[in-house]
Amino acid sequence: MQQLSLLLASLPDGILLGFVYGLAAMGLTLIWGVMNVINLSHGPIIALGMFGTFFLFIRMGINPYIGLIPVAGLGLLIGIVIYFVAVHRVINAPHLSSLLATFSVNMIIIGLGTAAFTTSPYNVDFNMGSFRLGSTTILGTRLIAALIAVLFTGGLYLFLYKTRPGRYIRAVTNNRAAAELMGVPSTRILALSFGLGTMLAAVSGALIATFFPFNILSGGSYELKSFVIGVLGGLGNPIGALLGGLILGVLEGIIPAFLETSWVPVIEFALFVVILLVRPKGLFGAK
Amino acid sequence: MKNWRNHLGLLVPLLVVAGMVLWPVATGNLSNRENSFTILKAIALASSLNILLGYTGYVSFGHIVFYGFGGYVGLYFVNEQGWSIWAGILVGGISSGLLAFLLGKAILRLRGAYFALATIGINEAMKAFVNNFDLFGGPIGMTLNFSVYRAYGGAAEALRLSFYIMAGLTFAALILSHLVRTSKFGLGLQAIRENEDAAEVMGVVAPDAKTWAYVLSAIIPGMVGVLFFFKNGNVEPHVAFPLHASIELLVMVMLGGQGTVLGPIIGAFAYQGMRGFLVTSPIFKDIQLSVSGVVLLLIVLFIPAGAIGWLRQRIPSLRRVLA
Repeated sequence: MQQLSLLLASLPDGILLGFVYGLAAMGLTLIWGVMNVINLSHGPIIALGMFGTFFLFIRMGINPYIGLIPVAGLGLLIGIVIYFVAVHRVINAPHLSSLLATFSVNMIIIGLGTAAFTTSPYNVDFNMGSFRLGSTTILGTRLIAALIAVLFTGGLYLFLYKTRPGRYIRAVTNNRAAAELMGVPSTRILALSFGLGTMLAAVSGALIATFFPFNILSGGSYELKSFVIGVLGGLGNPIGALLGGLILGVLEGIIPAFLETSWVPVIEFALFVVILLVRPKGLFGAK
Repeated sequence: MKNWRNHLGLLVPLLVVAGMVLWPVATGNLSNRENSFTILKAIALASSLNILLGYTGYVSFGHIVFYGFGGYVGLYFVNEQGWSIWAGILVGGISSGLLAFLLGKAILRLRGAYFALATIGINEAMKAFVNNFDLFGGPIGMTLNFSVYRAYGGAAEALRLSFYIMAGLTFAALILSHLVRTSKFGLGLQAIRENEDAAEVMGVVAPDAKTWAYVLSAIIPGMVGVLFFFKNGNVEPHVAFPLHASIELLVMVMLGGQGTVLGPIIGAFAYQGMRGFLVTSPIFKDIQLSVSGVVLLLIVLFIPAGAIGWLRQRIPSLRRVLA
């Protein structure tokens, strides 16, 4: 009975966080789907998003939710720059090259970030109130973050299915050579896709910063979560990522009711490996 | 040895490492010995990874899991069961090999980036598991009883002994790497690297060959782990399974040239040298990670074959010597 009430208390929080995790993973899985590159600079970009909120809100007093707009814009820009500097040359090379190229970007950002911000924790003290739902308290910031995550997912869906660049992205995902023959400017589309992926990462970081303390290294754990979610939902399937995020959020809500919290990562990563082995296309089967 | 020419490629690596071992012995300087230990350790680990990465073409992003796991198991027997360091190293190597065998049966079915992701997952799962495993001390880890060193004539003597064991393990790693490279088994691995499906058609039993390559690349890291934690006197989960150390190993192999015996040695040397320089230099010390990142990026983009690979391409007459 005590476990049940604990479960009820932690589950809603897990679900709300799950949406935000899903948003981060969507960026990773979009990039994988379009160009078969695993972006190992995903974590530092999430961390940069967190610092974006910090500087816009604490230093300039801009509301974090309005601050999402410049954070998203910068995220897009950084992604396009990373694509042309590090990814474009190795896009057809073996996987090791693109993994190491994006990892070197990771090292560069972490190195500069550590020099600029140190690794001591930062905190954005932002309060949107809270309300009670049965026996649990739900924080306003988390609810709004989850809503924004859903909004972004909807926006991405509309972009991919209703606009011309979106259609180009899907064409390149399907078959790059054929898309090029049809006159799709593939280099620009690849750069745009990479930028969209990092934009989603930056936005999710900016949202996470409104309720968790962070430092420049914090992105790493969300990057690992994004891998798990991406594999759960099927790598290359952005909508699956949101569902995968929900599953992970629910797991994080359920497991502490039965085991110590420190077992959560053991189960997450074991699940990750098992899913990779049994259903590498994800639970919801992309393609 | 009738075919001594076939083993010419081993000559340069052995000489380089012998020089590394003799340098601190000749100068009698303790800090030189520490530096040499670090470089030898990097060489042994990078050469082991090269068996999987360079010869077989499988990218393991979590190779350090074998170092951490073997080290934990070995140190447990040395510390809690009173085994000697020799037995500890042996059991560390065997348990890492066994882990690699079991994992290999499962995850080597995955190819390319999926395999890389799975190895990251395994490293993180193992770290989180050891964090919760009370027999291994959970999050605090294990601290070696100081009395253990007494059997080797005190701490200073134990450290000296560790250095020579490390040298032995490094030589073993090189010879193993060379034997794999020149054997028929190694030829099968290289066929898998070039095209796995074609290799299978030509009669290479790919699943078995890959599993054995994985096992061979795991044993020495397990042994090195035991030795390093024995020398350090303690082990903690985040020291035993650092994801970034796996990637440093990849960088070393890439830097020197994957798929060659000499490459990982040069790479380990260059990487450790560069790091030592950056950490101590007044200009770069704050952003040493970024500078390493830029260097890595330049190598990946412009000389993907690494230093030795590049030399072999440019100067064909060196091919027999620089294997």
